[in-house]
Amino acid sequence: MADALLEIEGVSKRFGGVIASDAISLTVPKGELHAVIGPNGAGKTTLIAQLAGEITPNAGRIRFDGLDVTALPVDRRSQLGLARSFQITSLFLDFTALDNVALAVQAHAGHSFRFWRNARREPQLRDPARAALARVGLAGRADVIVSKLSHGEHRQLEIAMALATSPRMLLLDEPTAGMGPEESARMVKTLRELKGELTILLIEHDMEAVFALADRITVLVYGRIIASGAPEAIRANAEVREAYLGEQEAAHG
Amino acid sequence: MSVPLTPRNALVAGVIGILALVPIYAAAGGNTFMISLFTRIVILAIAAVSLNLIMGFGGMVSFGHAAYLGIGGYAVGILAKEGVNSGFLQWPLAVAASALFAVTVGALSLRTRGVYFIMITLAFAQMVYYVAIGLDRYGGDDGMTIYKRSQFGGVIDLSNKTAFYYLCLALLLAAIYLVWRLVHSRFGMVIQGARSNERRMRAIGFPTYRYKLLCFVFAGMLCGLAGALLANHTDFISPALMHWTRSGDLIVMAVLGGMGTVFGPVIGALALLVLEEALSGITQYSQIILGPLFLLVVLFARGGIDGLLVGGRHG
Ligand SMILES: Nc1ncnc2c1ncn2[C@@H]1O[C@H](COP(=O)(O)OP(=O)(O)O)[C@@H](O)[C@H]1O
Ligand SMILES: [Mg+2]
Repeated sequence: MADALLEIEGVSKRFGGVIASDAISLTVPKGELHAVIGPNGAGKTTLIAQLAGEITPNAGRIRFDGLDVTALPVDRRSQLGLARSFQITSLFLDFTALDNVALAVQAHAGHSFRFWRNARREPQLRDPARAALARVGLAGRADVIVSKLSHGEHRQLEIAMALATSPRMLLLDEPTAGMGPEESARMVKTLRELKGELTILLIEHDMEAVFALADRITVLVYGRIIASGAPEAIRANAEVREAYLGEQEAAHG
Repeated sequence: MSVPLTPRNALVAGVIGILALVPIYAAAGGNTFMISLFTRIVILAIAAVSLNLIMGFGGMVSFGHAAYLGIGGYAVGILAKEGVNSGFLQWPLAVAASALFAVTVGALSLRTRGVYFIMITLAFAQMVYYVAIGLDRYGGDDGMTIYKRSQFGGVIDLSNKTAFYYLCLALLLAAIYLVWRLVHSRFGMVIQGARSNERRMRAIGFPTYRYKLLCFVFAGMLCGLAGALLANHTDFISPALMHWTRSGDLIVMAVLGGMGTVFGPVIGALALLVLEEALSGITQYSQIILGPLFLLVVLFARGGIDGLLVGGRHG
């Protein structure tokens, strides 16, 4: 595919006896919002971790914008424009929200072997950081220490930090996890605004959000792709209904 | 730059004031021991400030930091023994040797964390300790007297106790200022970010290892300088300079003063050494009192003495 941004080819990962990724092949073209769904333990987080570079696959290739990144470390992939958010929030808890995002800006503003100027007084770091906070609705919370923010705000901050790295592609691991309905709606709105502007791989449990946002959906079960296609096709797919959607409906009563 | 009057700033100003007045006070009372004690405090404060840079700000708990005191001290002592007395040669060499050692230790230890990091830094320090014991030409186990302090060609005479004290104090204040600039710079933000959440640092695009390594080397160099000062102060070097208990003392100073504040270790050094001195006048078992006291600070005042005063850990 000419305009493919992310190409995953036969990626496999096993943890002892568990096959977390089973020969996964998937292509995400530029500009697409691609959702990955699947029951707990299906291997969604493991897939994202391999794309981001935290976990090395046992087999397979990952290409980003035509470049083979399979062996590149996490920070290099980030520099290429692959940004991830974490399912379990991973933030700088003892820093302010603005500091958190400013660090993400700094990571992409040249090297940091700068020893003299006060980084907290550099507009070229602080201004883009404020803009990223504003995008996710945290403008008013910039100076709050992150450990004092609510869970929902942590989730928003995760996105702001990913955005602040001026990425070309976002890897979002359950951005609405643990959120209340209002916060969740706010997050969906943010994602809708980002859609089209960035290529997004979205892992999400909220089916309403997934079907509202996704251009294409891939269904993962036991590390294997059982279906991949447009939302309508996925909704109609009998195997998917049985393996996942039915179970979800059952689980949510 | 205006400085607000906070309890912390008042404390810092007070301590600097006291340190600046020590020689005057000592001269008035004819108390030369006091100058000697405070010279030692100031020198070890430099070492504690350097440890705090990696431990308090970078989260790298080195249990071998006294090795740099030894390397800096032995650089001065060995050169003096071989007839090289110029401080312009001795001190840069002390700092360079420390940097070299830090690069080696850092390169091998910084990919590990937690207890492993502590053990590797300790192991390297022990190695240097035993190497020093093996240096028969330079006193081996017993150590060696340095007959001539570092010479600075008439710029300053280190045999003058007051001049030497003020030189140490000036170096301490310069070190504090440099560390203060450093921790608030972009570089410092990376170091602190890596302490807070290294995984996230890498995820947002920082190759953290090279920054931590350089920080580790900076700290080693500064402590190496303290070692050069200490050798001049005692006119003596011995493996005891880098005994592991001294590494422990430096950790205690950094923690006692409040980790993650630039000035904290000075207060920690002051508190520990003055207390040690006072207790040694009363009992020979001062450690029995100091140990539990230290434990109490760690358990109940996580920000150290600074935290007791300010009630926070940011600065
Ligand atoms: N680091 C690991 N070590 C061992 N097993 C793991 C590890 N990470 C994930 N797994 C296993 O891999 C499978 C997929 O996990 P995960 O990717 O977290 O699924 P999901 O995000 O879809 O819920 C699970 O069975 C999980 O227990
Ligand atoms: Mg998961």
